[in-house]
Amino acid sequence: MIRARPAQRQQAAATGILTLYALLVLGPLVLVVVNSLRSTAAIYARPIGLPTMDGIANYAAAWSQARFSTYFVNSVLVTVASLVVGVGAATLAGYGLGRYRFAGREAVGSFFLAGLLLPAQLGVVPLFYLLRALGLIDSLAGLTLIYAAHTLPLSTFLLAGFFRQLPVELEEAARLDGARELRIFTSIMLPLVRPALMTVIVVQCAPIWNDFFYPLVMIRSNDHFTLPVGLSSFVDQYQSDYGGLFAALVIVSLPLILLFVLANRHVIAGLTAGIGK
Amino acid sequence: MDGHEPVTGVSSGPTPSAATRFRFSVGAVFVLPALALYLGFTILPLVAVFTFSAFHWQGLRLAGFDALANYLRLLAPSMLRQEIARAFFNNCIFFLGTVVLQNSLALGLALLLHTQRRWRAFFRTVIAVPFLVNPLVVGYVWTLLLSPTFGPIAAGLEAVGAGAAIRPWLGDPDWVRPLVILINAWQWTGFPTLVFGAALAAIPEEIFQAALLERASRLQVLRAITLPLMMPTLGAMVVITFVSCFNAFNLQYAVGGVNGAPAGANDVLGLVFYRVAFGGDLNAIGASSALATGTFVFTFAATILLRHMLARLEERVT
Repeated sequence: MIRARPAQRQQAAATGILTLYALLVLGPLVLVVVNSLRSTAAIYARPIGLPTMDGIANYAAAWSQARFSTYFVNSVLVTVASLVVGVGAATLAGYGLGRYRFAGREAVGSFFLAGLLLPAQLGVVPLFYLLRALGLIDSLAGLTLIYAAHTLPLSTFLLAGFFRQLPVELEEAARLDGARELRIFTSIMLPLVRPALMTVIVVQCAPIWNDFFYPLVMIRSNDHFTLPVGLSSFVDQYQSDYGGLFAALVIVSLPLILLFVLANRHVIAGLTAGIGK
Repeated sequence: MDGHEPVTGVSSGPTPSAATRFRFSVGAVFVLPALALYLGFTILPLVAVFTFSAFHWQGLRLAGFDALANYLRLLAPSMLRQEIARAFFNNCIFFLGTVVLQNSLALGLALLLHTQRRWRAFFRTVIAVPFLVNPLVVGYVWTLLLSPTFGPIAAGLEAVGAGAAIRPWLGDPDWVRPLVILINAWQWTGFPTLVFGAALAAIPEEIFQAALLERASRLQVLRAITLPLMMPTLGAMVVITFVSCFNAFNLQYAVGGVNGAPAGANDVLGLVFYRVAFGGDLNAIGASSALATGTFVFTFAATILLRHMLARLEERVT
């Protein structure tokens, strides 16, 4: 017992330092949320203070006047569409690569894998002219195609791994019962990898939602801005509306944090359910 | 060749039946949509960048084969070369500061976190929260927090009577470089912390107990056991830091705008590339493609060199 005491004290000290670090991490974020609920005049008068009721006006201003409602809808549309197209294509490819043998399969697998190492953003200029030729500049569809393509290496790699791990017996049984290829895929394989699909979607969600570079290059009109470009144009336009800016920062960041808090549980539940079977 | 491959039908006979052969092509069909998307919107543009860099351009019109002229033009004395050199220098400072600060901080935090039982999961979650915030948002948040007129840091200094120390920090070329390193570390230190934590957890507990039995001090254990065993992880993190620091864009854009203000102290290669590519220069395609190819070749070569050096170091330590 006597020897345990210094160890306990050390552990308490470690907890103290970590708590300090946690405060350093969370403090600025809390301050942003608090200041988003204070008027610009109040922020000017005192940098730190309690939120007030008229702070809601910041959100109203950002949401409707500064058009963050439009940007928000655009961000949701692009993120969802990119995930549907990208993860959809990766699921098919992962299934093909994980469960079939065909000439060149190894090569195709490595070819996708190489994409993890390539700095895709360096191709932005040809990509710009490619989209222009397709009439997809200043369109959400253009962004969707870029994001869907850029998520493929990681998604395909992960999903091929998941499909490969599935037991072969179910597939054989279905085949004996006369099930066709597509039916085996949709009614047997797809339900089995659903937890893995959730994981892939959660992993790919943040980079798409947060991307600033491609809309900066490809999007021209306010109507098609996603949140990050909308935010930077807001900063350029309303430089002294600090209350509004704090509210805008919350609008851009909160959905992702919320989604991860909610989806985290979902993903863990999904994974353990997969193990239980 | 693939004995473990769970492909049905193949094992039924030495020669594949007609049905199996059909399934072979079905597998390829499943891959096709992804392959088309990947080729069209990732691979084709990258190949095009490489090709475009060898031509002279007048707007969208090819004005002739140029071989290495676009590259030589980037290196010839000009405003652009100065900007590239300054941005390259800033990227290097950003990398060096980040790799030292972030990884040593993360190592310390990971060691502390390893001692925790009850709160470990909580701290892990908190540490990961900033990853989700857009670096652009992080840049704007810290610009507001560091504001000399209404920022809480300036107010705090005022309150303790150190008002004289207040300055427009992010508008000062001397302050902005270290501050951007710190701001970036605020966001990302959790990442190496979690990775180091996983590496620490993978070290068998018996090794530490054996060392304790031999009355090794905490510092000795760290130097002789923990660090050598974690070298591969540390090395991997150095490489990841290098790649991410040379891809920097969002944070610098938020703090200093597209020109890397103040006085270019915040300029990085990503911003220079953006200005060259979309700044309206007549030969923008040629110049930006050469810059992109050059950046890629440099980071690729440096990554290989770095890994080689780290592997050497690892051999010497272990």
